[in-house]
Amino acid sequence: MNVSQHMSDKARKHLKSRYAKERRFRFYGLSAVLFAIASLGWLLLSLFATGLTAFQEHYVTLEAEMTVSAFAPPDQRSVETLRIADYKSIVENAIEAKFPDVRTAGEKDLLFALISESGATDHLRKRVVRNPDIIGSKIVMTVPTSDQVDQLLKGHIDRNVPEARRQISDQQILWLDDLRARGAIKKKFNSILFFNPDSRDPELAGIASAAVGSVMIVIIAFILALPIGVGAAIYLDEFAPRNRLRDWVEININNLAAVPSIIFGLLGLAVFINIFGFQRSIPLVGGMVLALRAFPTIVIATRAALRSVSPAMVDGALSLGASHVQAVFQQKVPQAMPGILTGSIVSMALVLGETAPLLMIGMVAFVTEIPTTVTDPATALPVQIFLWSESPERAWSERTAAAILILLAILMTMNALAIWLRSRLGKRR
Amino acid sequence: MSGRVWTFAVGAALALSACADGGPESVETENSIRVVGSSTVYPFSTKVAQEFRNKTGWNVVVESTGSGGGHRAFCEGIGPNTPDVTSSSRPQKPSESKLCQSNGIENVVEIKIGYDGIVVANAIDSPSMDMNLSTLYLGLAKLVPNANCEMVENPYETWNEIDPSLPDTKIEVYGPSPTSGTRDAFVEISMEGGAKTLDCLANLGSDDFRVAAHTLREDGHWIDSGENDNALVQTLINTPTAIGVFGYSFLDQNTDKVKGARINGAEPTFENIATGHYPVARSLYVYVKGDKMGSVPGLHDFAMEFVSDEASAPGGYLEKIGLVPLMPSERLDMREAVAHLSASNL
Repeated sequence: MNVSQHMSDKARKHLKSRYAKERRFRFYGLSAVLFAIASLGWLLLSLFATGLTAFQEHYVTLEAEMTVSAFAPPDQRSVETLRIADYKSIVENAIEAKFPDVRTAGEKDLLFALISESGATDHLRKRVVRNPDIIGSKIVMTVPTSDQVDQLLKGHIDRNVPEARRQISDQQILWLDDLRARGAIKKKFNSILFFNPDSRDPELAGIASAAVGSVMIVIIAFILALPIGVGAAIYLDEFAPRNRLRDWVEININNLAAVPSIIFGLLGLAVFINIFGFQRSIPLVGGMVLALRAFPTIVIATRAALRSVSPAMVDGALSLGASHVQAVFQQKVPQAMPGILTGSIVSMALVLGETAPLLMIGMVAFVTEIPTTVTDPATALPVQIFLWSESPERAWSERTAAAILILLAILMTMNALAIWLRSRLGKRR
Repeated sequence: MSGRVWTFAVGAALALSACADGGPESVETENSIRVVGSSTVYPFSTKVAQEFRNKTGWNVVVESTGSGGGHRAFCEGIGPNTPDVTSSSRPQKPSESKLCQSNGIENVVEIKIGYDGIVVANAIDSPSMDMNLSTLYLGLAKLVPNANCEMVENPYETWNEIDPSLPDTKIEVYGPSPTSGTRDAFVEISMEGGAKTLDCLANLGSDDFRVAAHTLREDGHWIDSGENDNALVQTLINTPTAIGVFGYSFLDQNTDKVKGARINGAEPTFENIATGHYPVARSLYVYVKGDKMGSVPGLHDFAMEFVSDEASAPGGYLEKIGLVPLMPSERLDMREAVAHLSASNL
């Protein structure tokens, strides 16, 4: 009777529709996963396609005559006067020496535009300040080409379009090809991108100041948010009396996690800068603001991790005579540690990618120096990316993509660290 | 084990909060120059900041806050935490000047650094546009006069309905959003300028005229496109019939992709903006807090850098990145004013 009931037409139809349902669900699930992979793949592909060329840059090698007349007389030479010497004319003479036929002022300007003006003059300035003895001698310098030249040589500016439609003239292209044939222009690894602070000139711009700023912010946020967040979670879960106040605090912490991040920036501006009198644009304030941002996430992750620990562990400890504090800190918290750490590292990745709160506390800024302490003006990596993406010069687009790739690499490393910690701590027990 | 880690973490947090408490006292001395202000001037003030740092070693921090935000922060006071310089894509308003005075800032010097054109551009392979300011007004205003001089909802759908010499393409203009200074300038110069040329609008009262001239249409023919002009250029390439409104420096950098419309017969070129033939152009300013020149020793030299030959003369580094320089006599006056400021102050 049972058999016939399961084999009835109605049952078969039902079975068929149940199988169909399962197949449909599998299909939906698979397409969702494929869609996610495809979007990520497309993002990475387009970033690599635009950004990969930024890791190399064209440099030109010139011989510069450090003419004495460009500098202050020997008895007046100090760091200040050496800095304001006429380096531009030295660089102009160096590039003109390569093309003795160039005579008119207009042509000389075009020729000079092939090299990075700021890059070349500052290169000489730094060398002279370091060692004033080179004044009067002939030195070899390797400096970046201008961003336009770099883009042309990389093929991002099409040399076949009519001259009026590009920033580089036909004459300049002839000079360039000549320089290249003579071996004066070389493509090298773009160390500037990693070790220079920000610059207005794309060929000189680097992420160093922003990266250092980001590291400082993340460390400060971590030091502040982790103990406070974990402590708050443990107290709320284990020790707080169960009453209305606790529920109210709990609801508010959950709400805090959903507050738009710019609100934390406003709070930081009002409290840290306007009341406590901290300076604008410093990583210390950035770290404190983003600690507030990370705090609710850490509390929620910690409480989830604590709740996943089997109550038997605590009960066992208590029944063996452990105090409540001992049971919690010696049994429950160590068990929950992988979850707590994962949650914390994910919240730090969140902090690393945050821009909106930094706008309010003045960290969306152009900073000319790499910060050395947490009270030096600084900016952060995502802010740098945003500022670069808004700049007009063509060369910024590849540098923006490259900076995004670097930021993604850091985020992936942090997430990998979270996974590794979880599996390592999980195994140890 | 975990107990010790825990103690360490709490200890570190306490140590940090202790040094955070000491923070404000220890940063009283000013070791950097702070600049805030217009995002339009930002590319130029950062360039000056960079060159100035290379020459003098002064660290300069430039924030892009927008013109209004810049004036507000600038006029907050003369304490060490306030900005030393603000840049602006419009002159300081009387209300802002009053705010400065009420906060004890007496010595504000205005430096005009150059001009910036606003271009109306389309894709390089699309038909060239030749417009008047009145064309722009009739194409983009919410209310326009009809044949009987009554103000009606803008009826124009294509450009050739306004001017038969223009192409038969849909009016579709992408431009900056209302928070942008470029948008304010575009509305004030080209929309208002166009409205003034129409006889029908002359009869309106000043308030009605302002509303008529300053309100852009909201029926999808004007599209706010945010602040990112690089994205706007990309949109124009993908949509050949579309027109974009943005700053001259983006046209200058993308001459292989987009071209600017002639307005009142003038091409948007460097020369036409400098001479004033191209009508949609505005002045860019930098305001320096003279009151702080004593406490920030590099500030005067920084102000001088803006008006130096190297920076703002024709052929200077600011011109190379798209700033249209002042007329020579105007520039000398500016330099005189800044130099004089030091004489009276030091």
